[in-house]
Amino acid sequence: MAARRGLSEPSARAPTGRLRPMPHPDSTPLPLFVHASPDLPVAFTRDGIVNAHQFVADVHAFADRLPDAPHILNACGDRYLFAVGFGAALLRGQRTLLPANHAPATLERLARSHPGLQALTDALAPSLELPALAVTREGDTHVTPFEAPAIPGDRVAAVLFTSGSTGEPVPTVKSWALLAASGRNEARALELGDLPALAIVGTVPPQHSYGLESTVLIALQGGFAFDAGRPFFPADICAALAVLPRPRMLVTTPVHLRALVASEDHPPEVDLLLSATAPLAPQLAADAEQRFGAPVKEIYGCSEAGQLATRHLLAGAEWRLMGDIALRQDERGTWASGGHVPGDILLADVIELVDRERFILHGRTADLINIAGKRTSLAHLDLQLNTVDGVRDGAFLMPDDAEDRVVRLAAFVVAPGRTAREILDALQERIDTAFLPRPLHLVDSLPRNATGKIPREALLALAEQLSKRRDVP
Amino acid sequence: MSTATALTDHEAKLAALIIEALNLEMTPQEIDAGAPLYREGLGLDSIDILEIALVISKTYGVQLKADDADNVRIFGSLRSLNEHLQQHRSK
Repeated sequence: MAARRGLSEPSARAPTGRLRPMPHPDSTPLPLFVHASPDLPVAFTRDGIVNAHQFVADVHAFADRLPDAPHILNACGDRYLFAVGFGAALLRGQRTLLPANHAPATLERLARSHPGLQALTDALAPSLELPALAVTREGDTHVTPFEAPAIPGDRVAAVLFTSGSTGEPVPTVKSWALLAASGRNEARALELGDLPALAIVGTVPPQHSYGLESTVLIALQGGFAFDAGRPFFPADICAALAVLPRPRMLVTTPVHLRALVASEDHPPEVDLLLSATAPLAPQLAADAEQRFGAPVKEIYGCSEAGQLATRHLLAGAEWRLMGDIALRQDERGTWASGGHVPGDILLADVIELVDRERFILHGRTADLINIAGKRTSLAHLDLQLNTVDGVRDGAFLMPDDAEDRVVRLAAFVVAPGRTAREILDALQERIDTAFLPRPLHLVDSLPRNATGKIPREALLALAEQLSKRRDVP
Repeated sequence: MSTATALTDHEAKLAALIIEALNLEMTPQEIDAGAPLYREGLGLDSIDILEIALVISKTYGVQLKADDADNVRIFGSLRSLNEHLQQHRSK
């Protein structure tokens, strides 16, 4: 990733293929939801079904309660309350910020760079050190008429933050037009028109771009309904599905799918399984389809570009682009644009184009880490590690992929007088727990070569040596 | 970790299962039965909890549920998790 390509920078950025107009802000109003009748369900909550009329009433009522704040951090754990907060902020023209994680250091930085940041919370939200307002359901359908709010398409709806190659959060601004188009394009790509009044259960949080797109936006822009919960254990997921009417879709990840397949012999029937964050292994896809009696489709995308493509692995390994999205390649890599993609986005994956609509994914470019849908870079992790008090030298290692489990990072640290526990505690303040090293090896020195770099092979060899030493009685 | 008491046989078996499932670099005896499993203590995150739920359902026949009001207590420590499993085990 660090290869120098600076000289040809301006021309490298220009599209090499057919001429593509720059996306320009289009203020055409687009509805918050497309449910045609007030009685159609939008959400299934513990207190019963919320229909479209109640939803719009709740959104208006909460929008009236929102204080004047340019930015909102929506931390709601309940998917329906998240949607009410999101809709209300959109109505008021307040931007919903979606940070990559809710680690204290991340939020502190976000609050510093966004004065007046207002948090929206509920009973399930983590405690935040920000001014917080609980999202409430106070809509009165006798007061609020049934009419979907029309939001100007060029209004900024959300700002998603991802860790760039330096680890500094990089904002991606999403207009309402892009988010609404994303929901519509996904529904079309998954052929959900064949599944009217679809009920959606998601194991992914709405704060993650995949969760936002594939549970909240797809429901609002497809005329469907989502479950307000976020079931976690296999038994919870099955219980959430079982009480919903069919057709129903489970929006999940390979991690949850593996747990489901391994522990549930007779899960409730579903009509579609959706997986993203990492490509599925063919055997897991086959097992899941057999167990649930439904196709498993996958989504490929990233926070910056949004969702880009779908595939049905058991019908073919090729991905098919959604909507009007196009890919092109140059010496820097593969770029996505068009459709609901904000501008021209360089993708972090190695991609082989098959034709204009289809491609094959060959994994991520070096340095970038993706664990369970959370992204960072080795450079950022190394920087964080080396700023821990008492650490003289340190490096992270991403081991080779394992077939049957989530791969975890390892770290090698030179820190005389410090314990692994102390270093882990300090790291936990700075990075997402998904990236905490396991194991963290305390060593006397790192295998730096003559130029001061640490070759990955040398770290792999060191890891093997350390694990052998441990096995000697 | 300094006040760790010796593990019972059941606790040691559960500890070994968790270490094996999560590929942790430690022995059962290094686990403090009273220390929190989540975040602190062993420093486990939600992916790990799902992994643990899997081996638990296979080994003990117990299905963990997130909406169990006792969940925080159950995952409070190796000891409390073991007590929950011994009470509800079907295998």
